[in-house]
Amino acid sequence: MNAPQNFDRGGRERLVVIGNGMAGCRAVEEVLARDPDRYDITIFGAEPRVNYNRIMLSPVLAGEKQFDDIVINPPEWYAANDITLISGDPVERIDRERQTVVAASGRVEPYDRLIIATGSDPFIIPVPGKDLPGVVTFRDLDDVNKMLAAADAGGDAVVIGGGLLGLEAAHGLSLRGMKVTVVHLMPTLMERQLDEAAGWLLKEELERRGQTILTGADTEAILERNGHVAGVRLKDGRDISADLVVMAVGIRPNTLLAKSAGVEVERGIVVDDHMVTSDPAILAVGECVQHRGTCYGLVAPLWEMCRALADFLCESPTGYSGSVTSTKLKVSGIDLFSAGDFSGSDGSEDIVMRDASRGIYKRVVVRDNRVIGAVLYGDTGEGSWYFDLLKKGEDISDVREALIFGQAFAMGGALADPNAAVAALSDEAEICGCNGVSKGQVVACIEGGAYSLDAVRSTCKASASCGSCTGLVESLLALTLGAEVKSGPKTMCKCTSFTHDDVRRLILEKQLRAIPQVMQELHWTTPDGCASCRPALNYYLLCAWPGEYEDDQKSRFVNERLHANIQKDGTYSVVPRMWGGLTNPKELRAIADAAEKYGARTVKVTGGQRIDLFGIHKEDLPAIWADLNAAGMVSGHAYGKALRTVKTCVGSEWCRFGTQDSTGLGVKIEHATWGSWMPHKFKIAVSGCPRNCAEATIKDFGIICVDSGYELHVGGNGGIHLRGTDLLCKVETEEQAMEMCGAFIQLYREEAHYLERTAPWIERVGIESVRQRLADAEEVRKLAARFRLSQKYSQHDPWAERAGGKRADLHAHIAQVRPLQMEPAE
Amino acid sequence: MIGKWLDIGPVTQIEPGTARTLPVEGGEEIAVFRTMNGDCYALVNKCPHKQGPLSQGIVHGAVVTCPLHNWNISLMTGEALGDDKGCVPTIPLKVDGGRIFLLREAVLGRQAAPQAA
Repeated sequence: MNAPQNFDRGGRERLVVIGNGMAGCRAVEEVLARDPDRYDITIFGAEPRVNYNRIMLSPVLAGEKQFDDIVINPPEWYAANDITLISGDPVERIDRERQTVVAASGRVEPYDRLIIATGSDPFIIPVPGKDLPGVVTFRDLDDVNKMLAAADAGGDAVVIGGGLLGLEAAHGLSLRGMKVTVVHLMPTLMERQLDEAAGWLLKEELERRGQTILTGADTEAILERNGHVAGVRLKDGRDISADLVVMAVGIRPNTLLAKSAGVEVERGIVVDDHMVTSDPAILAVGECVQHRGTCYGLVAPLWEMCRALADFLCESPTGYSGSVTSTKLKVSGIDLFSAGDFSGSDGSEDIVMRDASRGIYKRVVVRDNRVIGAVLYGDTGEGSWYFDLLKKGEDISDVREALIFGQAFAMGGALADPNAAVAALSDEAEICGCNGVSKGQVVACIEGGAYSLDAVRSTCKASASCGSCTGLVESLLALTLGAEVKSGPKTMCKCTSFTHDDVRRLILEKQLRAIPQVMQELHWTTPDGCASCRPALNYYLLCAWPGEYEDDQKSRFVNERLHANIQKDGTYSVVPRMWGGLTNPKELRAIADAAEKYGARTVKVTGGQRIDLFGIHKEDLPAIWADLNAAGMVSGHAYGKALRTVKTCVGSEWCRFGTQDSTGLGVKIEHATWGSWMPHKFKIAVSGCPRNCAEATIKDFGIICVDSGYELHVGGNGGIHLRGTDLLCKVETEEQAMEMCGAFIQLYREEAHYLERTAPWIERVGIESVRQRLADAEEVRKLAARFRLSQKYSQHDPWAERAGGKRADLHAHIAQVRPLQMEPAE
Repeated sequence: MIGKWLDIGPVTQIEPGTARTLPVEGGEEIAVFRTMNGDCYALVNKCPHKQGPLSQGIVHGAVVTCPLHNWNISLMTGEALGDDKGCVPTIPLKVDGGRIFLLREAVLGRQAAPQAA
């Protein structure tokens, strides 16, 4: 034991606690509970007040609680337990040699055991203006008082940081009448606690409540006017005006005292399992410590640490082995819970349930039949159950099928099988809430011959609207028919039970405008889709909302992201557009120069009447495009699910058989249609006579010129399954041919499935239905007008944009390693 | 003093849901991924199937789909998922103070010939 000091306190050991916060006081409470007479206790607090519950500052800011409501230990508690509280006189130094602490006033207090519970400090981002009046953090009651004063004056507030603390500050300020903008560096709010889907739901809800949420927003500076904060400037150049700026980007352990006393400190004060530091007389607890490499910023681990610390101080050591943490957001009306690991780690599986009508998203992550993480939004009732399963590491294989439905359902003994649970429902139980269909009605419908999900949907309408009861209907099919269930319509991919047609229809009906929104509203079973559905959704949204939807590059296949065709060796091929297959010496010279300059190993004339340069490196693409642009050439979209080429023959200008100017028409059509994104690639050809030298009858849209006008052919394909075109109709003028071309393309764009060429599309829907639609002059006019509208937003040369520096990150390496010249990195 | 970890720049240089490339002179190019969640991983930039550049694939969850033949590769283990069999080496990575660090020996260990370092 330590050498006795020259202060006598009745023989009791002296316990000094630095920090009158939640950790310090809780540690004392735990010690008192075990052995109330063992220690003579002194607590130093930097704040001039008694101990209060810091995590309840948010409700104080929001006006839901008063300071008195959040006091944990009133002055009487200190007196009753014979604790000396020294508040407002912070400790400045620890003298380990003499085992004393020295306070700012000069007061010296000896200890036998010292507990450091200095907590954490808010992290201030080092930007110009960070020290201006009106810039506050959100850590203690003084901060809250400053925010309340600012809110009384009204005006605009910017909260930097969209984590737990920042969002709570934003919520409080918003309730107090300020116009609040949240600036968050990451693309998802609370990204450490939430996955993209839940983060999106949260953002939607906060925006609905009137906050402005800017994600992916990096603060450059805090702006000043008349010596006071005036706004925030973002790195993208945007300025946001502000009368109050709250910095809530994070916290860092407050280790200053420990460090200057020579106690071992890494990110936090290093402690063992008994919360003892490198000095055996000194313990540390709470947010200032680092235990087994981890620093905690939440309240639950603190309770566990304090128990271990008190057990040790009262000589019945148990040890702390780290905490699994969970999070809840304290914003009224928003239910949100997360715990454990939900990054989708190796071998883990996601069980996802979404209920759009109730705004619910649940995701439980399972590995080796154990729950390892959970994210719940909208309904957090099962959070504690999942957290319990997670902490105990219980084997959940018995309840796995019903796990996502919750404890009552999953633990219902015999009901753990979802089919059994459905079988146990009464006939009156409602299956489909959207259409008010009961279990009895669904069963009657199945017994009446609806042997598939699709048939049920079309007869009794169950599962035909939002689709959230699809699983229930499938269970009823299985129960009623035994093994005879016919497989339903083909779903878009394994992430959804909806078909392509359903998704396209619902995007319009429900006005869905972003990929995460589609995934939520349509109950996607994966957090962020897969390589099949992401590009499809991106296209469907682009087609549904021209000019409005912002293309999601990360949901594009590489060729469409890099505007070139990837080849087997990872290099790219580049095809400039040659309108109608025409070129000239200037273009050919530029192509020849580019081929040499960028080392194109192969130069090939394509089947679409243009020239392909092979072997170009990703990093060189913007430069070669700049060179080709300079000669007047633009992207040929040879890489896209888009209009590829318009192949032509020379036509009446040169050919002795030519009936019309097929080349000229081809050029006009290519100018009208280039740049349009389609479900799949789309090829056009114009032949000047029925000899058909441009091979128009194996194109998606083919024109054959005849003396009396133009025959329009559709749905041809020269690929794996050779298919000749069907005749669509015959028109008399070029204008009519072009109008019909636009209308046909738009019909295909709006109704085909993603990655479905026109040939299989027409086989699926029947040429007659296409003919009928396009026989209606009004319909043709509308379709062509919609096509022109969408073209207004798509005819920008993507090469020119990239050559001009847009999205340079897609082409440049992040860094390069050259070992022989390497600079030390640390 | 040469550190154990190689600083390759701020994490914000990689848009979530994408990857960027890190060429290594005399060695294998590395692909550095950032998932939609913001987690970072590094793999040799070669699909175990036909050496496709994984950095150019679509990232979903902690999986990348190779752009050449749609193999799905786990970013955490480098293993091919589903029925496909194969594995690409992973490079230990940590994020500290908003910057990405790769384990130096794993980056350099892939060089054709050992270098004096």
